Amino acid sequence: MSDQLPAILLLAPLFGALITGLVGNGDHRRCFPILIASLTISFACAIGLLGQVIQNGTIDYFMGGWGTDRAPLGVGIQLRVDALNALLLLVITTVALLVAVYSLRRAGEENTEKTPQFYMLFQMLCVGLLGITVTADAFNLFVLVEVSSLTSYALVAMGSKPRGTVAAFNYLIMGTIGASLYLLGVGYLYMKTGTLNMVGIHEILLDPEVGQSSSIFVAFILILVGVWIKMAFFPLYGWLPNAYSYCPSTSSCLLAPLMTKVSVYVMIRVMLSVFGAEWVFQSLGWSHTVVWLAVIAILAGSLLALAQVELKKMLCYLIVAEVGYMVGGAWLANHWGMVGSLYHILADAFMTLCLFIAASIFIKRRQADRIDQLEGLFKKMPLTTAGFVVGALAMIGVPPTAGFFSKWYLLRGGIEAGQWGYVVALLVSSLVNAVLFFRIIEIAYFGKNPVESHGHGHDDDHGHEDETQQGQVGGSTLLSGEGRPATLIPLLISAAIVILLGVFNGPIVEIIQQALEGLPVIGTATR
Amino acid sequence: MEFFNNSVVPYFNYWIYVILMMIGLHAMITKNNLIKKLIGMTIFQTAIILLYVSIGVKSGATIPILAHHHDDHGEETESAHHGEPDHGHTEADAEAHAKAGAPSEVEKPDRPGDGEYEKEKKDDHHDHGDPHHDSHAVNPDHFANPLPHVLMLTAIVVGVSTLGVALAISQSIYRNFGSLEEDEILAKIKQGGSGADV
Repeated sequence: MSDQLPAILLLAPLFGALITGLVGNGDHRRCFPILIASLTISFACAIGLLGQVIQNGTIDYFMGGWGTDRAPLGVGIQLRVDALNALLLLVITTVALLVAVYSLRRAGEENTEKTPQFYMLFQMLCVGLLGITVTADAFNLFVLVEVSSLTSYALVAMGSKPRGTVAAFNYLIMGTIGASLYLLGVGYLYMKTGTLNMVGIHEILLDPEVGQSSSIFVAFILILVGVWIKMAFFPLYGWLPNAYSYCPSTSSCLLAPLMTKVSVYVMIRVMLSVFGAEWVFQSLGWSHTVVWLAVIAILAGSLLALAQVELKKMLCYLIVAEVGYMVGGAWLANHWGMVGSLYHILADAFMTLCLFIAASIFIKRRQADRIDQLEGLFKKMPLTTAGFVVGALAMIGVPPTAGFFSKWYLLRGGIEAGQWGYVVALLVSSLVNAVLFFRIIEIAYFGKNPVESHGHGHDDDHGHEDETQQGQVGGSTLLSGEGRPATLIPLLISAAIVILLGVFNGPIVEIIQQALEGLPVIGTATR
Repeated sequence: MEFFNNSVVPYFNYWIYVILMMIGLHAMITKNNLIKKLIGMTIFQTAIILLYVSIGVKSGATIPILAHHHDDHGEETESAHHGEPDHGHTEADAEAHAKAGAPSEVEKPDRPGDGEYEKEKKDDHHDHGDPHHDSHAVNPDHFANPLPHVLMLTAIVVGVSTLGVALAISQSIYRNFGSLEEDEILAKIKQGGSGADV
């Protein structure tokens, strides 16, 4: 049983989706237990896999038993769990579980008669993301990227906002271009190497006659640009702010923390496992250029976030800036840069989850999107505020949250690599985040508004009406203003994880370093 | 002219795929009508599919279907005639093969480099009868590479699914905005609200 964990990890949500389709349509209340059950099985598998990887090293699993003893490499589809993706598996399953709990009532409210379909798409998205993380076959990666993308297009389009459908259409067009470019890149790799297995391709690319040919160069460019579209790396980010702002809040809480981070993981995986650190950092010689692109991404994301008046849109532009951190860190050609980038994937998932859940709760309470309509909210919802503030501090980079440590590693990598532009961009972005979040905290806590608000008293009455309609949580005055526990508990758990990730960053970084061991250029720290 | 002869003519199919891809990309970006954008997307994906299939072609090869007929040179004849038992040698069946679409036979006189290969094949046929009966050894040079075909089946399915989702979203847009032209939709968004939040 424990040998089959990689397969069970993928199959549990898949069967969950199928069962939801079969039985959920009859009675919508059956969907939720199925969802929780399948995601818990995946979560348990992820924990098991992490334990196995820490003990035994890399796990190679061949679907259908078509291992190298029965067939040449590349005949079967290989799943590979190593230190690079074991933590990411745990993060994906945790985020999925938390959003599943969050969706207990919200999914029903937002999607009404489409609840079973929503949960089916939820689970298929999890299958896609988990599959992207474990697969070691380049074409299988394309298929799973498309699985996750198609479900995310549908999840974005599913809401009640008309603009959501337009945003989903644009997302679809850009996402398909990205995936098709990736497919084209894999085609060029196949032309030269004759195999689709990542390990097999890497071995053949070590031969300089193959590895230095222009086809491989073009393959790398195509794959890189394709993945950059998927992760919304500036200037290919146009689809992200609209798509994540106008989709239903449950979808945004699921998509925002995961989709772009998994795409960053794909980029790192292709760089390290398919092409190899030496090819990417030494033969290609692009590191400097890409880091400058990342600098522009960070600055553009932060500045555009400053200009936003809607809360969720602001958070979306912050995601664009965070992707800039990760791409820049990965391309620093440096041990600490890569460690920082991988650690930031994990940290950013939970920071984003925290902020998006809190923002969704605020927006639901006020029935409004704009930041300046959040007045006085913090006094009424102290626990939700606490969650939001933890996320905000992590984004700014305040210890002991995870955001501080990821910035620390990235800064260290940047300084060692001499990329001063990147270092300055990180610091400027921290300052801009501080300005952004303190502005929100000021408006919401003190009720001050740069634009004169006419409805200040009106908002208070509105707030009271909402409380009585939604039902009380308990008799205590601490919780009486808050939303439902189903929405609050995931927020508090993710805030706690953000802090725990920061406090325990030592062991986590050790696991990440295990993955980078022995690789040229980035394998060893220079000090 | 030299560039044309050396770089374009031998690879003219790849040039066509690139042009198709650019047509698709252009349509996706510049066209106003949403459905035209989707057609552009389909053209883009089709060009990639064609490129992959091109990779698997070998000169003088036929479609990659094995048959276990006990007549001689079962590979080419069976795969060309669907289910009809073959009779006779390849030379006699050359015309029938050409009609059935095996590319090698048709282009025999045209391909300059093929002469030797064709002669070898004819010599091989007599040898082929024996190995075919003794061991079912298959010469991979006689078949087009099936792996790109299989990969592209998957890609076609993915493309069709994406098109389906896109058309459903277009229907939803039409229901919400009453138009499928992007400029009209953007104008409606600017004047109207963005839709109430849930």
